Amino acid sequence: MKKLIFLFIGIFFGITMFKSEAISWYRIQEMFLFESFHMYGIIGVTVVLGVLIHVVIKKAEARNLEGQKIVFEDKPKTYLASIVGGSLFGLGWAITGACPGPIYVLIGAGNLGFIIVLLAALFGAMLYGALKNKLPH
Amino acid sequence: MDLIHSPWHWSFSGAMIALVMLSLIFAGKRFGVSSSFKAVCSASGLGKYIPYFNYNWKSHDWLLLFVIGSIFGGFLASSFMANTEAVQITEGTISHLADLGIASPGINELAPTSIFSLDSLSGHSMILMIIGGVLIGFGTRYAGGCTSGHAISGLSNLQLPSLVAVMGFFIGGLLMTYLIMPNIF
Repeated sequence: MKKLIFLFIGIFFGITMFKSEAISWYRIQEMFLFESFHMYGIIGVTVVLGVLIHVVIKKAEARNLEGQKIVFEDKPKTYLASIVGGSLFGLGWAITGACPGPIYVLIGAGNLGFIIVLLAALFGAMLYGALKNKLPH
Repeated sequence: MDLIHSPWHWSFSGAMIALVMLSLIFAGKRFGVSSSFKAVCSASGLGKYIPYFNYNWKSHDWLLLFVIGSIFGGFLASSFMANTEAVQITEGTISHLADLGIASPGINELAPTSIFSLDSLSGHSMILMIIGGVLIGFGTRYAGGCTSGHAISGLSNLQLPSLVAVMGFFIGGLLMTYLIMPNIF
């Protein structure tokens, strides 16, 4: 039952994505066209606050709700995977106007075409899993 | 600012996303949505055939609850908090999209219905959605994260691999926007 908190954080995230217009295909086109500050503002504020959150948690040696000390794991230093995988994702982000979080929110908001996008994304993840050992990282 | 019927300001929106990340950190988890693709593949039994999916997907059960919550949040927001006017994109964006044959957005049109609506489904729109989706799933798993895992969690923790991934997001996004989309839309 304790895990239900994640359902509620997810609901809050879904509402935030909807009201921020970050799930709007048009906002993503505008972002890649450098026509508006809206998306850069959202991500910028999130990251600036995020850096502060990380610094404070580390300095304070804060503990989470389960009483464990919070540690942030480093991302694996697979730079080739970051740039190649990232670019492939960017291509898909621009066509569909949706990154993974918004795909789910869009489906909930009644844009059922994104069920096709989600199924295709699951297939893409499967394809990566199958080819992982043959790909440079 | 009317938080119910108007779109949220970018600064408030950014703060609320940071709050989502903070909540997950204190609940003992890391904000990163694309891992849900891996968890769903694993929960479907793919681990028997593909080692990448042979892991304890139940360690991601919280993330599956999170994405179910996201779907429900989208439903609640569109039902009770819908914006009363269309998304205010710039004239420059509208004219660029018009050249692609995309009409300016209507009220609560989150993505062009001419492509993403099931009612107007065509072979062309199917192909765009499938190619887009496959690139998202393959690319995010290859890169080890998406906008949440790399651009938000990773950059907030000053991770160089995340900065490289975000540069990749824009290389791909700009190539698609300027060079590819004008030819495939």
